Amino acid sequence: MPSTEPVFKKIETLLTTQRLAVLSTQSPDGPYANLIAFVCSQDMFRLFFTTPRTTRKYANLKADPRAGMLIDNRSNDVQDFHRAMAVTATGGIVEITGGEQEDVTKLYLSRHPYLKTFVTSPSTALMAMEVGRYILVDHFQNVTEMRMP
Amino acid sequence: MNFWIPLEHLEADDLDRVGGKAMTLGRLFGHGFRVPKTICLTTRAYNRFVETTGLRGRILLELQRKDFRQMRWEEVWDAALRIRGMFHATPYPSGMERTLREGIETVFGKDAVAVRSSAPGEDSKRASFAGLHESFVNLLGADAILVHIKLVWASLWSDAALMYRQELGLDFETSAMAVIVQETIPGERSGVAFGRNPADEFQGVVEAVYGLNQGLVDGVIEPDRWMVDRTSAMPLSHTAVPRTRQVVSAVRNVDIVPLPADLAQQPPLSSDEVSEVFRTVLKLEEIFGVPQDLEWTLKKGDLYVLQSRPITTLERGGTEDERQWYLSLHRSFENLKELRRKIENELIPEMIRIDQQLSRTDIKKLSDRALSQEIDSRAALNDHWVKTYWNDFIPYAHGIRLFGQVYNDAMKPENPFEFVDLLAATSMASLDRNRRLEEMAAIVRTHSSREASLRNLKGEKVLEIDQRLGPAMESFIEMYGDLTCPVTGGRQCTQGTDALVRLVLELAAREPAEPKRSFEKIDGLKEKFLSRFTGAQGEQAAELLDLARSSYRLRDDDNIHLGRIEAHLYEAVGEARRRLKLSVRPDENPETERILAAQIKTYESMEKTPAAGAKAQVRGRVKARQILGQPAGEGLAKGRARVIRENADLIDFKNGEILVCDAVDPNMTFVVPLASGIVERRGGMLIHGAIIAREYGLPCVTGVPDATRRIHTGDRVTVDGFLGIVTIE
Repeated sequence: MPSTEPVFKKIETLLTTQRLAVLSTQSPDGPYANLIAFVCSQDMFRLFFTTPRTTRKYANLKADPRAGMLIDNRSNDVQDFHRAMAVTATGGIVEITGGEQEDVTKLYLSRHPYLKTFVTSPSTALMAMEVGRYILVDHFQNVTEMRMP
Repeated sequence: MNFWIPLEHLEADDLDRVGGKAMTLGRLFGHGFRVPKTICLTTRAYNRFVETTGLRGRILLELQRKDFRQMRWEEVWDAALRIRGMFHATPYPSGMERTLREGIETVFGKDAVAVRSSAPGEDSKRASFAGLHESFVNLLGADAILVHIKLVWASLWSDAALMYRQELGLDFETSAMAVIVQETIPGERSGVAFGRNPADEFQGVVEAVYGLNQGLVDGVIEPDRWMVDRTSAMPLSHTAVPRTRQVVSAVRNVDIVPLPADLAQQPPLSSDEVSEVFRTVLKLEEIFGVPQDLEWTLKKGDLYVLQSRPITTLERGGTEDERQWYLSLHRSFENLKELRRKIENELIPEMIRIDQQLSRTDIKKLSDRALSQEIDSRAALNDHWVKTYWNDFIPYAHGIRLFGQVYNDAMKPENPFEFVDLLAATSMASLDRNRRLEEMAAIVRTHSSREASLRNLKGEKVLEIDQRLGPAMESFIEMYGDLTCPVTGGRQCTQGTDALVRLVLELAAREPAEPKRSFEKIDGLKEKFLSRFTGAQGEQAAELLDLARSSYRLRDDDNIHLGRIEAHLYEAVGEARRRLKLSVRPDENPETERILAAQIKTYESMEKTPAAGAKAQVRGRVKARQILGQPAGEGLAKGRARVIRENADLIDFKNGEILVCDAVDPNMTFVVPLASGIVERRGGMLIHGAIIAREYGLPCVTGVPDATRRIHTGDRVTVDGFLGIVTIE
């Protein structure tokens, strides 16, 4: 049984250094994947991202909120096979509305200040993944799972 | 971190940190010239600001919405305005603000200063880019200075600078702007001097006005001018002008005031003084190695050098370079007022008069020879007015831009295009036309039998079956012509009333739509805007608003008037075509016939240009799903696309469809009340499509590359007018 702390640290490092994630949703035609700009909550329980409400991913999530997110630090060279790390987060996705919106927007813009125009548009939705578990892959095939309480 | 360097501490390798203007002043100071007290704000400050606030990324996103080379001038201006708005609305990081404020207060206290751009690369020997970046004069106190530093930074991305980006070496990812802050010298007489007259290498030029030289530089006040001998520095000739006004320092900025009568009688400089100024510009030439363009001022007899740069005419590729024309659109307020007078009092009435005069000529009664002459004279008229359109009407549109800038400076709104709402409280010819269409639709709605009989028309004229609707339609066509003609007022497209009947039926089938402008909101904005000014500035602001409204209204109306004159030409050409097709012709003459045939050939190609330009291509396997354009009318709309490739497509327009076209021109706007959104290939916030969309409160995206090829009639599309995204399902 690996100890929690190093795993937690690795995941935290990935979540706080990376800006982009691959979001995977399900559509009636099958799985669907997108790049998104994300930020994680301080307790790592939630991953926030934004999307225009006219997109496929938004429609998919409205129909089925279950989703996966892949965050990794690969650099597209051979070293990736032993050096790169990836974490997959799975969970349910909700749209953030009401009182919490302001605080989350602030947090999101602190990570992605250049997206201000996009984020503050009325046609953009602020979304949160409530993470059920993180699956960390390092050293090529070393897989560790962390369930969130 | 200290972002400031005083002029006297500049070193030879500081160019990249403080820019060309600062380096030049530093050298002048070193050579003992009298220059205003100056401190330089390094590019490090710019970089810190855009990095810490995320502005660097936002600017990149703004400039890379699409391939920059594909952007039209209007889109470039919009992008520059958005970027300026971002700088306005982004506060300084708190530590940085403190440092900057201390630097200013230590050196200048509460004295008036100028804040000027000093871009690295600017004023180099290679090219001089006067006027591409902003400078502000007579600012009082650190608060005002801090605001204007941001505006000078923003002008690194001004529309003019973006257009000359290659010559300037402007790099979207790395370029930075330095700023100089310098004391204002309240000169009694000021001017410019050119070390060498471009037209005569043995002469130079000195120009002078009373007061500050702001008026001369802006072109508002005409200067006295001396041609000077380069060898002796003696004046060779003097061109005097009527001297009536001067620019003086005011509480905020500068004022133009009448010139006292005694000064008006005498030139601003004596011959000796002309020589003194000219000797200075020659000394500068010695130092810098090339003839200089000097800005100077005289205060209590002391000559101050305000600025010096090499005389280099921008390499603008001669008169063919359209950017030069674009830059000439940046008109001063005074200049625009004069243009307004000309347009409203002379040009528009003249266009109306010509339209009426031509309408009175019954071309059917003309002999072939007379018809041929009529075609020539109408073509010449049309040519003349097309030129007038480019020379006067389009520059006048800058009134909107000037107002936008003043509004944004005063209000610092979140949305940099908020000012457009304030312009909408005005009547436009195309809205009047739509109102008359709605009136006809209302007549149809009054009785269901009317609708049925209109639907069952079999060749009869509406006039024959409906005593109320018939005359309304006849008079509508008389006034506006056939709706499917590519030009307004065209009557030769021979659709008769069919198109109009179909349109009115479609309009009658839904609830009446009125332009959705809210007068309360507009009045509120107006009050807020005007309350930011006091005294004479308030009057000027109100005057500018009035001018901008007239300029906005004209964006639409000028095309309608121009369209009518064009239609008269095509009407005559149509008549010629009809005659040549007749088998028996009363005054047959082979020579006249040949001329008429040639005339038809000349004008036919112009007339048949389809509204959409590009023809549809075969649908390949690649399909656009989401296209990024510019947000030009807020809102979100979903509907079936109706792609307009030629004007005749308009008659199939159905209620609730999304209008997709190459460029909405005022001749098309009658379908807008039926549309639920607008998508346009041509980009810009101030183009007709965007203007009319806002009038009807419709979501609108402009600047969508290849809109009419990538979207197909019948596609289900979503128009996101907030983000400027069109999604095709």
